[in-house]
Amino acid sequence: MAEIVSLADAVARTIHDGDAVAMEGFTHLIPFAAGREVIRQRRRDLTLIRMTPDVIYDQLIGAGCASKLIFSWGGNPGVGSLHRFRDAVENAWPGPLQLEEHSHGGMANRYAAGASGVPFAVLRGYSGTGLEGLPGLDGNPAVRPITCPFTGEKLTAVAALRPDVAVIHAQRADRAGNVQFWGITGVQKEAALGAQRSVVTVEEIVDTLGPQPGAVVLPSWTVDYVAEVPGGAHPSYALGYSARDNDFYLAWDEISRDRERFARWLDTDVFGVSPGSLAGTGTGEGGCGA
Amino acid sequence: MNATGPPGAAPAAVAEPASYTADEMMTACAARALQDGMACFVGIGLPSAAANLARATHAPNLVLIYESGTIGAKPDRLPLSIGDGILAETADAVVSVPEIFNYWLQPGRIGIGFLGAAQIDKFGNINTTVIGETYASPKVRLPGAGGAPEIAASCREVIVVMRQTRRSFVQRVDFVTSVGYGDGPGQRERLGLTGAGPRKVITDLGVLEPDPATCELTLTGVYPGVSAADVSARTGWDLAVSGSLAMIEPPSPAELAALRGLQAITHGSEGAT
Repeated sequence: MAEIVSLADAVARTIHDGDAVAMEGFTHLIPFAAGREVIRQRRRDLTLIRMTPDVIYDQLIGAGCASKLIFSWGGNPGVGSLHRFRDAVENAWPGPLQLEEHSHGGMANRYAAGASGVPFAVLRGYSGTGLEGLPGLDGNPAVRPITCPFTGEKLTAVAALRPDVAVIHAQRADRAGNVQFWGITGVQKEAALGAQRSVVTVEEIVDTLGPQPGAVVLPSWTVDYVAEVPGGAHPSYALGYSARDNDFYLAWDEISRDRERFARWLDTDVFGVSPGSLAGTGTGEGGCGA
Repeated sequence: MNATGPPGAAPAAVAEPASYTADEMMTACAARALQDGMACFVGIGLPSAAANLARATHAPNLVLIYESGTIGAKPDRLPLSIGDGILAETADAVVSVPEIFNYWLQPGRIGIGFLGAAQIDKFGNINTTVIGETYASPKVRLPGAGGAPEIAASCREVIVVMRQTRRSFVQRVDFVTSVGYGDGPGQRERLGLTGAGPRKVITDLGVLEPDPATCELTLTGVYPGVSAADVSARTGWDLAVSGSLAMIEPPSPAELAALRGLQAITHGSEGAT
């Protein structure tokens, strides 16, 4: 059964130095508040896993929390580059970042294999691309050719992802810790079911989960910790609760471009505010953007 | 402005030849490549603008599919990301990311894949991963693959939309993120790729299409005021020019009004200026 705790407790109990952590949410429902809490607790040497390591992982990478990244698209959606990610890859600042790189189809199938309890997934993909020759984090090829035992067809195998911890954001949970989310649901279900431990931040905790078209439900017994964090997806959004703050994504381009400017943002908007606070979403000029 | 429209209607487009930007010409040209009723897998940025322009003009029944899992999205403004709320709110169906790739894209259900790129080569291979000699120490780290490798492999046809420079149109891409025609004729078949590959590359100068025999991208059309020599000067390989080079029509007043309307609504509602 999921335990309902504070965000700070949920992070402290599940995420340890050196863990492999997947914070998912495909543009929608990105667990930004949890990401800032990981920075605040000064976790180190994490292997970060995420299909689209956008602004949330730019923050964690720039803060020095990660030594490895498994991903398939690392940009600021609709804006451009991730400057902290690029600084880590191009200049090893604040430290070297080892990459394992896939396509979206490959990552989605790796999560699905993890949730399914099988060691790999099969897809048509990677053939002829530079991606098929790249090493995984262990130095061995990250994808392998496989022959269909029924037809003899050549396909591609990708290894299951079994993160130590999955962190996702949902619209709501009930008091028993059953979790419900809807709209663009990405790979959060697969990430949560495939992980050893899971944390879900929610917009609100309600008495009863009402029916909602297209909703994914994670029963309480599949989740470890639930924390109520209204606005916890900001600057991304929670359908039915908040709108995407496109201005913040644009502002991030400026905040993250320069190391000192980024450090100032960390001081004022992450270390200078309390856990779960809506602050941390400002622009690092002393104000809070909430 | 004439007075025949209903009171309060948006002003009709002016009849005199309109001025327009190279990006507007490119977007209009790309929109025209989409036929009504097709299913189109859309990348964000220039491809999304063109696909939404097509829906707003000649292809109202175009089915827009985004990799966020939104099938049949009907946004009334340009989404700023592939996961904008407007896509989920207006879609016929919203499915998970594993499902959009495995059930919808992989089996070849989707007619057209619409992609942008940072770098493309003469065989239509696309690079969105790294610029530089080696992967391990790149000169420029680009965002990476996203869903483009699967879109390029499995959509029945692919259209690429990107601005043309000598640095972006190269003899050989630094890294093959998404396969066009590989190293030439027969390569897609040898790799087991089920889709036909890039049928058009639409730029801010004109249109390139693969030569049926060599698979090499060949200039087949130019915009008003652009010469074949202009395009060659912005191509990093010895560009072949079709013997029947088409002169592409400028954007119509209706196309320009629709495109500017979509952009105005986006900026008005999102404050993203």
